[in-house]
Amino acid sequence: MAYVKDLSAIRALIASHKRWDLVFALCGFAALMVGVLTFVALFADMAIQGLPRLNWEFLTNFPSRRPAQAGILSAWVGSCLVMLVTAFFAVPLGVATGIYLEEYAPKNWVTDLIEINITNLAGVPSIVYGLLALGLFVYQFGLGQSILSAGLTLALLILPVVIVATRESIRAIPQGIREGAYALGGTQWQVCRDHIIPYSSAGILTGVIIGMARAIGETAPVITIGALTFIAFLPPAPMKTEAPFLSFDWVMSPFTVMPIQMFNWTSRPEAAFLQNAAAAGFILVLMTLAMNGLAIYLRYRIRKNIKW
Amino acid sequence: MAAVPGDISVTPPSGAMAARLAHRRSRILREKAIELLLFLAAMVSVFTTIGIVYVLVKESVVFFQHVPLLDFLTDTQWTPLFDDAHFGIVVLLSGTLTSSLVALAIAIPLGTLIAIYLSEFAPFSVREVAKPFLELLGGVPTIIYGYFALLFVTPILQWFYPELPGFNLLSAGIVMGIMIVPYVASISEDAMRAVPMSLREGSYAMGATRFQTAVNVVVPAAFSGIASAYILGISRAVGETMILAVAAGMQPNLTFNPLEPAATITAFIVQVALGDLPHGSVGYQTIFAAGLTLMLFTLACNVAGHVLRKTFREAY
Repeated sequence: MAYVKDLSAIRALIASHKRWDLVFALCGFAALMVGVLTFVALFADMAIQGLPRLNWEFLTNFPSRRPAQAGILSAWVGSCLVMLVTAFFAVPLGVATGIYLEEYAPKNWVTDLIEINITNLAGVPSIVYGLLALGLFVYQFGLGQSILSAGLTLALLILPVVIVATRESIRAIPQGIREGAYALGGTQWQVCRDHIIPYSSAGILTGVIIGMARAIGETAPVITIGALTFIAFLPPAPMKTEAPFLSFDWVMSPFTVMPIQMFNWTSRPEAAFLQNAAAAGFILVLMTLAMNGLAIYLRYRIRKNIKW
Repeated sequence: MAAVPGDISVTPPSGAMAARLAHRRSRILREKAIELLLFLAAMVSVFTTIGIVYVLVKESVVFFQHVPLLDFLTDTQWTPLFDDAHFGIVVLLSGTLTSSLVALAIAIPLGTLIAIYLSEFAPFSVREVAKPFLELLGGVPTIIYGYFALLFVTPILQWFYPELPGFNLLSAGIVMGIMIVPYVASISEDAMRAVPMSLREGSYAMGATRFQTAVNVVVPAAFSGIASAYILGISRAVGETMILAVAAGMQPNLTFNPLEPAATITAFIVQVALGDLPHGSVGYQTIFAAGLTLMLFTLACNVAGHVLRKTFREAY
C-alpha cells in the first residue's frame, strides 16, 4: 500500500514540477509579448497621430510658426547630408581598422590598447561624443556648428559598430583562402584587396547599415554641438552651373536634422505641433526600421548562401 | 638570390635584375605604406578616447577653479545659470539614479525572462522571429521613445494615478527600461546559448525539468555573461538622454521619488546646449563637468563589468 502512496506522491511532485515549467514558459512568452506590444503600440500611436499630417507639403515645407504649414524639408535634407558625411568618414575608417586588427596587427600591447579602446568606446554615452565634438571640432578645430562637425561626431559614434561587423565577417573567411592567395605570391595587401574585402563586403555592409540607422536617430550629440532647432533655409547646393560644378560649401552650413525637428515639436505645448512631431517620428521610425530590416535580411541571406 | 632588399648594395645588379629589384622595392614600400595607413586608421579610436578625456578634463579644470570640488559634491542646489549660482551635482545625480533604477527594475526581470525563454524554452521558429524583432526594438531612435513616454505612457499612468504630473521620472524610466530590454535579453541569451549542451543533458538525465535546468544549471554557468549584460544595461540607463529630456522635465530637483519631475545629468547638458551659452562661460563649463561625472560613472560600470566577467568566468 505504501508503494502506491509513494507512487502517487511522486506523480504529484512530477506534475507540480511540470506545472512550474509551464508557468515559467508562459511568463517568458508574456515578457516577450510586452516587448512586442510596446513596439506595436509605439508604431500604431505614431501612425494614428501622424498619418493625417503626412502629405507632400509636409515634406517640402520649411518649419513654421503655424503648425498646419510647418514641414520637414530642412530637417530631412540636413539628415541626408549629415549621413553622407558620416558614411564618408565612418566606412573607410571602420573597414581599415577592422582589416588592420584582423590581418595585420601583431600581438602586442598597442593592439591590446586599440581593442580595449574600441570596446570601451562602444559603451560611452552618445552625449559624451557630443561634448567631445563641442570642445574639439566646434571650437578647437574651428569647424563651427556645421554639417561637417555633426557628420564627424556621428562617424566616431558608429565607428565601433562598423569595426565589429568588419572583424566578424573577416573572421568568418577560412584560412585556406588566404593561404591560397599567398601561395601564388600575393602580398598581404593584394590578399586583402582581392579576397578579404570582397568576401567580407556583405557582412561589412550589414554593419554599416545598422550603424547608419543608429546615426540617423541620434539626437543628443547633434543638439550638444549646437544644431539649430529652427532652420528655414537649405544648405548651399552641391552643384554649380559654372566650373568646377561641384561645391562643398554645404559642409560648413548650419543645419537641423529629423530627430531635432521632432524634439522641437514635442517640447511645444500646442497639440497641432505634437501631431507634426508624430508625423516626423513616423517617417523616422519607418526609415530606421527599413534600414535595420534590410540589415537583418542581408545577414540572413549571407548565413544561408555562403558555404565555404 | 639578391631577393632580400637589404642585400642589394652588396651585389650591384644590372639590367633586368635591377628592374625586378626596383619593382620589388617599390612593392615592399607600398606594402609598408598601406600597413601604416591601416594602423593610423586603427589609432583613430585611441585618439577619440584621448580627445574625450582631454576635452572633459580641460574644461572641468577651469570649472573647478570657479567652483570648489567640495561644493560640487555636497551642495544640495543646482542653479548654475542663476545669479546666485549653486553647483550641487547631487541634484542631477538623484534624477539619474532614480530614473535608472526604475528602468533597471523593468529591464532586468523582463530581459532575463526573455533570455531564459528564448534560450531554453522557445521553439526554433519563435526564436528565429523574436531575435530580429528585439533587434528592431533596440534600433528605434530614443527621441521616439521620448515622445512615446510623454504622450502615451504618461496619460496611461495618469489614468491609474491622477495626481501624476505631466513630466515625471516614472514614465521616462519605464520606457527607458523597455528600450534596454533588447540589449539585456540578447547579451544574456548569447551567454546562455554558449553553455555547453552536455551540462543541460546531464541535468535532464537526472530528471530535472527545463525550468530546473535553466535556473540551477544554465543561469549559474552563464552568470558572467548575464552580469555583463546587466552592467551594459546600467550604463545605457545612466547615459540615456532624449527620453529623459522629453518626458522627465528639465527642472533640477533633488528627489528619489519617481513620481516627480527631475532633471538628469544628460538632460541638463541638452538643456544648456539648446540655449545660447557663450563659449568659455561658467555655464558652458558646467556641462563638461557634468559630462565628466557621467563619463566616470559609465567607466566605473565598464570596469566593474570587466572584473565580473574575469571573476565569474566559467571555462569549459
